[in-house]
Amino acid sequence: MSKQKLSLSDVSKPEKKPLVHLENADLMPLPAPLEEPAKDHNWTPLSAQVQEKYECFLDDTCAVSVPQPKSREEEEELVKKFLSGLEKLFTKENNWTFLQPLLLTMEHCAKCQTCSEACHIFEASGRNELYRPTYRSEIVRRLYFKYVKGGGLISAWQHGDIKLNWPLVARLIELSYRCNLCRRCAQTCPIGADNGLVAHELRKLFSQEMGIAAKEIHENGSMLQLKVGSSTGMNKEAVKDNIEFIDEDISEKTGIEVKTPWDVEGADVLLIHNAGEIMAWPENPGAFALVLNAAGISWTLSSELAGYDSINYGLWYDDAQFARVALKHAEAARKLKVKKIVLGECGHAHKALSVIADRILTGDLNIPRESSMTLLRDIVMSGQLKLDPSRNDFPVTMHDPCNLVRLMGVVEPQREVARKLCPKFREMEPHGVDNYCCGGGSGFAIMSGNNFQDWRFHVSGRKKLQQILNAFQDCLDASIPKYICAPCSNCKGQFRDMLAYYDLWNKNKILYGGLVELIVNAMSDVKPGFIEWEWR
Amino acid sequence: MMSLLYVLIYASTLIFLIASAVRAVHYARLPLHLRWELYPVPHEDPERAKHGGSYFESTDWWKKPATFNWVGELRSMLPEMLFQKGLWEFNRRMWLSSFPFHFGLYMVIGSTTFLTATALLALLLPQSVDGGIGLILHYVYAAGWLAGAVLSVGGALALLVRRLTDEDLRTYTVPADVLNLLFFIVTLGCLTLGYLLRPKGSPGALSLAQGLLSFDTSLRVPLVLALGLVLGAVLTAYVPMTHMSHFIAKYFTYHAVRWDDRPSIPGSVLERRVAEYLTYRPRWAAPHIGADGSRTWAEIALTNPARQAAPTFRLAGVDTKGITTEGKK
Repeated sequence: MSKQKLSLSDVSKPEKKPLVHLENADLMPLPAPLEEPAKDHNWTPLSAQVQEKYECFLDDTCAVSVPQPKSREEEEELVKKFLSGLEKLFTKENNWTFLQPLLLTMEHCAKCQTCSEACHIFEASGRNELYRPTYRSEIVRRLYFKYVKGGGLISAWQHGDIKLNWPLVARLIELSYRCNLCRRCAQTCPIGADNGLVAHELRKLFSQEMGIAAKEIHENGSMLQLKVGSSTGMNKEAVKDNIEFIDEDISEKTGIEVKTPWDVEGADVLLIHNAGEIMAWPENPGAFALVLNAAGISWTLSSELAGYDSINYGLWYDDAQFARVALKHAEAARKLKVKKIVLGECGHAHKALSVIADRILTGDLNIPRESSMTLLRDIVMSGQLKLDPSRNDFPVTMHDPCNLVRLMGVVEPQREVARKLCPKFREMEPHGVDNYCCGGGSGFAIMSGNNFQDWRFHVSGRKKLQQILNAFQDCLDASIPKYICAPCSNCKGQFRDMLAYYDLWNKNKILYGGLVELIVNAMSDVKPGFIEWEWR
Repeated sequence: MMSLLYVLIYASTLIFLIASAVRAVHYARLPLHLRWELYPVPHEDPERAKHGGSYFESTDWWKKPATFNWVGELRSMLPEMLFQKGLWEFNRRMWLSSFPFHFGLYMVIGSTTFLTATALLALLLPQSVDGGIGLILHYVYAAGWLAGAVLSVGGALALLVRRLTDEDLRTYTVPADVLNLLFFIVTLGCLTLGYLLRPKGSPGALSLAQGLLSFDTSLRVPLVLALGLVLGAVLTAYVPMTHMSHFIAKYFTYHAVRWDDRPSIPGSVLERRVAEYLTYRPRWAAPHIGADGSRTWAEIALTNPARQAAPTFRLAGVDTKGITTEGKK
């Protein structure tokens, strides 16, 4: 744990010690009011019990908590499994889904480090070598040439060597969960290599071959969703109850009767929310119901298994789980014979169902999918709603969810709404397709095992925090309420936790929320004050 | 001796072409992957491309005619291919050495091609390159070649110094990276110096090119220039075997990955290709996948490891009757 620069061979070190340790003073500086590292939170150290029991020897945290093997034989068996999975990543029968981009990335990186400058995690960590996008990729690249392509002396000379052992595999498991998969690095690569994809494929190898994944996204995520219908644990009865309660609450709050339609056959639109909204931010699905009803849209929710929860965590770690959930979403739409699926405010659900699943939704499952951003934009711009922008007369900035913007190209619709309805709208810099991840992407927003939150607030969320504070530098005073518009559940989860961690609500009145809430807040027919300036 | 040199040059050119084609065909024949585009996609509608938007910004996009903005794509491609626009934007320091290296190579390759064409013309229609025209042509390829070589060697030297002195790059530098740059420096150096310092009476560039085309073994090439030609031939054959063949890869990373936003349309070629992949039988070992080699990708995707439920729907071209989590009954 010295400050000496990390080398690639360090990843194979057998010592049961983390490779790096970060101090607050090492990290990228933040603007006011968080400019003093000394006043920042101390990191919670991993407990001795955790370090004794799990493979937590990468850095100061532990995301996956892989149990330590009990014997050398067990270690060797795990390394064999890893190798077997590595080979499968490069065969079309096992990995047709991403083989081409993966091979191109493996074989053509020029190691120019342009990607590093684009990575928010690398920058926020104070340019710690471990978090350089190519650190992970170069290890995988060397393993690829050595074990998949046959290796040998010439290969080692041409591509570099690496020692494969269990400590390397264990550290790679953790390291695959130190990337938000935002692919900002890939966007800047002059060759078109994709380090985000390498992290994705590693996670896939660990899940699909070794059965290893972060508990929050596999066991409590995609598996729970496939079992009961939602990763929140809500079955269809529970979700209907909750929506009924939300309808009542929103009706009372707004003075407009709200009724959410369920399982309407032949509706124009099947709306699928991230069910986390129903549990954590009920005003969001409530606002959707109010706006869609007011605009006269023919729409419905579905009570089919997974049909009421748009999340698809397989996107981040497992092609099979991804496909299973995507097919369930499409199946819900097919059964109801709707004209299209509209995705609520959830970035990864947008990309999963609209883009990534596009080629596997064949036959009668190829039902058109659309973003709620465009639908909301059309409603707002159509003049169907009476809107009073003065009701949103507070500073608003827009967070661009990576999945929705850089990875799907939905950039302007949400901005058109914000510009029309929010007189004090201001952009973060950079924004749009050049945005930075909230730090909660790829599952981090729901991962909080051990002290992982310390890492995701100090490191992965740090760049976004800097952007937010910069956007509000002229109005940091607590007397001015401020709103981060984040049309994505995962991003909102990250903001909720990160703003609370740094006490930015109490001290600076920075709140977060979705886009549709801003619309309802501006509706003249609605009782004023839909956005409640209360922490949640 | 000259015969050997000619054979080497022809063989290396052939190897370059074949190896490049093999690599390109290999990448082209890989299965169509899941969509993995990155915005901005420059062939989008110009109004949307300005801010990096996609057709997903449009309501009922599937009902609207698909657009392909060739001008936008060319306006994005050409500055990238010629001037390394991406590197200029995102890694200016690297661009300062990478751009002269690459642009110099383009000039060397362009001038060599031009020289070869001139030599061919001189062999077929000798009078056409006589006198003033011949002199102009000579200055064009000679000046282009020399300027290119100087730029390229300068760039390669700068890249080499950075690779060896910049800690961020050194960690990831392998012996082959150093050798590759040295290879270019020495080769272009030998060719340039060998040509400029050749003794009186030695064949010039046009004579050499004509000699190569007509297999004239009577020519005598000075040692340094001959060494440059041998190294150049070996380098030509070597490049497509290495990651330096990124001029091939880049076509695919851009057109087949970053910018491939083609939607799947029922009955399309794209859908038919995917239907074939759905019949692949993967062998992932984790229990929740249930891939023992007997079940197809589609069967695996249609089963639910958390429930024993059979699908009630179908994917194109896949018979899913009777599929359960236990496999096909």
